[in-house]
Amino acid sequence: MIHYHPSVTVSDNIPPKTTPSGKSRLLVIGNGMAGARTVEEILLRGGADQFDITMFGDEPYGNYNRILLSNVLNGSQRADEIFLNPLSWYTENDVTLYAGVRVKSIDRAAKTVLTTNGETYPYDKLIIATGSRPFVPPMEGVNDENGGLKPGVFVFRTIEDCNKIAGHAVKSRRAAVIGGGLLGLEAAKGLLNYGAEVHVIHLANHLMENQLDSTAGLILRSTMERMGVKVHLGKSTAAVLGEGHVTGLRFKDGETLDCDMVVVSAGIRPNAEIGKEAGLTTERAIVVDDQMRSVDDPDIYVVGECAQHRGKVYGLVAPLWEQGITLADHLTKRKETAIYHGSKIATKLKVMGVELASMGITEPQEADDEVVVFSEPKRGIYKKMIIRGDTLVGATLLGDISKASYLMQAFDRGTPLPDERASLLFDLGTATVAGTMLEMPNETQICNCNGVSKGAIKDCVLGGKKSLKAVMDATRAGTGCGSCKSLVKEVVEWACDGEVEEDPSIHYYVPGVPLQKHVLIAAIQSQNLRSVSSVFEALANGVEEVGSKMGLASLLKTIWGAEYEDERDSRYINDRVHANIQKDRTFSVVPRIFGGVTTADDLIKIGEVAKKYDVPMVKFTGGQRIDLLGVKKEDLPGMWKDLGMPSGHAYAKSFRTCKTCVGTDFCRYGLGDSTSLGIAIEKRFQGLETPGKIKMATAGCPRNCSEAMVKDLGAVAIEGGKWELYVGGGAGAHIRKGDLFCTLGSHEEVIHMMGRFMQYYRENAKYLERTYSFVPRIGLEKLRQILLEDSEGICDRLDTEMQASVDAYVDPWLEAETPATANQFTTLVGAGGAI
Amino acid sequence: MPFSQTEIALKSVNLGSIQQIPPGEGREFAVDGELIAIFHSRNGKTYATQALCPHRQAPLADGLLGGATLQCPYHAWKFDLETGRKLGDDACELDTYAVNLTAAGEIILTL
Ligand code: SRM
Ligand SMILES: Cc1cc2nc3c(=O)[nH]c(=O)nc-3n(C[C@H](O)[C@H](O)[C@H](O)COP(=O)(O)OP(=O)(O)OC[C@H]3O[C@@H](n4cnc5c(N)ncnc54)[C@H](O)[C@@H]3O)c2cc1C
Ligand code: SF4
Ligand code: FES
Repeated sequence: MIHYHPSVTVSDNIPPKTTPSGKSRLLVIGNGMAGARTVEEILLRGGADQFDITMFGDEPYGNYNRILLSNVLNGSQRADEIFLNPLSWYTENDVTLYAGVRVKSIDRAAKTVLTTNGETYPYDKLIIATGSRPFVPPMEGVNDENGGLKPGVFVFRTIEDCNKIAGHAVKSRRAAVIGGGLLGLEAAKGLLNYGAEVHVIHLANHLMENQLDSTAGLILRSTMERMGVKVHLGKSTAAVLGEGHVTGLRFKDGETLDCDMVVVSAGIRPNAEIGKEAGLTTERAIVVDDQMRSVDDPDIYVVGECAQHRGKVYGLVAPLWEQGITLADHLTKRKETAIYHGSKIATKLKVMGVELASMGITEPQEADDEVVVFSEPKRGIYKKMIIRGDTLVGATLLGDISKASYLMQAFDRGTPLPDERASLLFDLGTATVAGTMLEMPNETQICNCNGVSKGAIKDCVLGGKKSLKAVMDATRAGTGCGSCKSLVKEVVEWACDGEVEEDPSIHYYVPGVPLQKHVLIAAIQSQNLRSVSSVFEALANGVEEVGSKMGLASLLKTIWGAEYEDERDSRYINDRVHANIQKDRTFSVVPRIFGGVTTADDLIKIGEVAKKYDVPMVKFTGGQRIDLLGVKKEDLPGMWKDLGMPSGHAYAKSFRTCKTCVGTDFCRYGLGDSTSLGIAIEKRFQGLETPGKIKMATAGCPRNCSEAMVKDLGAVAIEGGKWELYVGGGAGAHIRKGDLFCTLGSHEEVIHMMGRFMQYYRENAKYLERTYSFVPRIGLEKLRQILLEDSEGICDRLDTEMQASVDAYVDPWLEAETPATANQFTTLVGAGGAI
Repeated sequence: MPFSQTEIALKSVNLGSIQQIPPGEGREFAVDGELIAIFHSRNGKTYATQALCPHRQAPLADGLLGGATLQCPYHAWKFDLETGRKLGDDACELDTYAVNLTAAGEIILTL
């Protein structure tokens, strides 16, 4: 039911205690962001069965998103686009709304409220959510003779204010904004769009002094001035000049500024009078307990900017949401013990098109507080963190807020920070969270491969799975491309509320054999275990664990080389048929094209084969070769024979490709022969099993056309006939620039060092661990000591083992002639009929 | 389960030698137009299920087999071949069929 300015129907006699429906009467004064949200929370908790709800709102419409008024002012949104609860919402939810009706007073003894048009309404429970109003500091000439604001002077709080400002701004030539806080700056930005010259007058010595330290304030000032806003700091306005209409401002220091409009944005004052006059304890605002109840009257609740909780009055929306939840829990008796603990203020704000996030303190307060700062004034970037012990107690991000979500979460929850502080301020790897955990809606998809939402992970944890692995197993989150794994971990930690259990199996090389990699290798060698089944027999009580087979097969091949006892069932289907399975159960065929260099004859042959087998797609890959996609399993052997080229291993956890650039052969910049180096590398290492894929590239100069700096191993030619060797790079699911490992003098040296590095990686990496994780885990310095300085005395052995593996290589496509197992390439074995 | 003459009378089929399926692997067969995956586990048992994964129709015979657990080749869902049930999810089940080996190592499937 919606009522506009109801004119009659005044009840003289106070109605009975309960309504005809038998429910209690809940009255809400104030239909703003806190009031309406709190009613939503009450309805969510079944409040409609307990209460007849009536709301009074001074503004003549439903509830809107006040935050977005800045957009309305700058023209990026229309006023009708920012409604949160349109009038229909009230009707649908059986909430009676008196829109445009102001409550004048509360009679606590009679339990009624009186509106300004003289009507009385009884209540059983009352919620005061009257918010606050703009504060206009005393200035000579700010008012007109009626006590209203002088024509040309405005405040900025409501849709109506917006309309008035906009109406005036179109004809304004110079506008002044008094106040350089968040709202003042947003108003200034809005005004710029109307073509006026805009001045911001600020009392303090830097902008937004509540959220920023002086350095950040200074950077913000120059950013704003670049955008065309003139900033006056340390200026106190004494008078608004002009007879009948604004013509300028006069400051305490005697200076003046001509202007034809003024927006006052000098802070807010809670609308607390209504409580004070009713005898409720009121300091800066109406004082409430931890259930958001007035400390004087158990039937009166207060929420939003007009409430003072534990000495604090909040002027931002996030705390209001939390207050509303506690209030609703308590009022509906869903959780009578609910407690509002107060909020930590962390905000992400958009001022003047400047990105800004701020939380906690702005300056260190204790002797041991650690301050980490990055400042790049020219680009308007400033990042500062204040860390106490291991937790974040304050942060400011200006100009680049890409890390805001993570920091807000760490601040909010007080979680321990990683040692590498730089990673908190910069994206060193792949992107992370898009919002704090608390903020993040339950529907947010965390794992994009398996479509697992935050809510599903949370439910799984609440259902008792308290380790990352248990959650991953149960939900499959993080088990696709793996790029979301760190995010899944964050959600699990958040949902466990610090009680994450570590699954011991994460330290095992494979989950089914309870041994770490080096112990496992020692056991395999000492017990002479040469097949996967013998490992299960000897080391896992004979239990064959399906998720461990591929990892064991890869390791045994690395350890035993040619003496490995190959059991085909331990291989993934790709490695059984030497092709990559596709979504329609066909396979892809990628012949090796050494270094990406081919010949006309080979291309013709590939074309002929593609025609002969009716290949649905022929595609150049990102690895500089050609993919024949959509091939039937039965056709694989025939196709390989016809091609007469070796396998490209595009399906295996092994050395993949070495991409090259044209280098010295044709390029005018080429410093080293990258093409023949790449071909030599690929000839030597083709098919080599590795724990994770190894992708390489060689570049003829630091222009890096083959992307050698973001490969597992990359060689880049530099002046003087030398090669730089990069390790640990990747640019797939995880992006990491490779580390410069060493500089070498010849092709032979490069190939030799690559081999040594790969052998060490094969022996020490976890299964599926790519070098972009392995290198940082072991540490670049340590790797240099071991592989360059031979600190462990193993280099000779590594070189020998690598040579043995290279020698043991057999092209798997030769199985076209002699299949390894029964029906290796058969899709349908046989058909039977009833006996 | 011993192989009983009465059971096969109506709907049993002989799919031929178990040697068509390497140990630890699976293969796909067609029986009266229906596709069936038969698994030859290293635990000594033989299992039979529907051929395609209920998730995205992957050929289950191309999966990885460990004891009585099968891991789908596409997205690694795991199934218990004894019951057909997806691990950790009671709602999802594969159709399973009785399958036995004769003394001569022939696969007898009962539909
Ligand atoms: C064919 C190709 C795409 C293309 O059309 O160009 C391709 C196709 C596949 N890539 Fe890739 N990748 C291909 C180049 C790349 C590249 C670029 C490169 O090699 O320079 C990358 C980024 C480089 C890197 O890895 O650092 C790349 C990063 C990935 C990743 C992410 C790996 C990571 O940990 O970051 C995966 C997923 C994985 O390995 O788990 C992946 C996985 C896959 C798989 C194998 C998915 C799968 O398991 O089935 C795709 C097979 C499709 C199919 O059905 O055949 N592919 N993939 C490229 C083959 C290159 C080749 O000739 O061998
Ligand atoms: C332009 C602008 C931008 C902002 N940007 C941000 C931001 O980016 N982030 C952020 O967190 N916060 C922002 N805020 C602050 C945020 O809007 C407030 O914190 C929030 O609206 C407070 O909610 P409230 O319900 O307490 O008060 P309000 O939303 O003001 O609601 C109070 C309502 O009660 C009505 N009312 C008052 N007295 C009576 C009465 N006696 N009888 C009947 N009705 C009455 C008022 O008319 C009003 O509609 C911004 C505010 C403005 C104005
Ligand atoms: S080819 Fe690579 S990027 Fe493309 S869909 Fe497959 S895995 Fe993803
Ligand atoms: S198709 Fe089997 S798990 Fe997706």
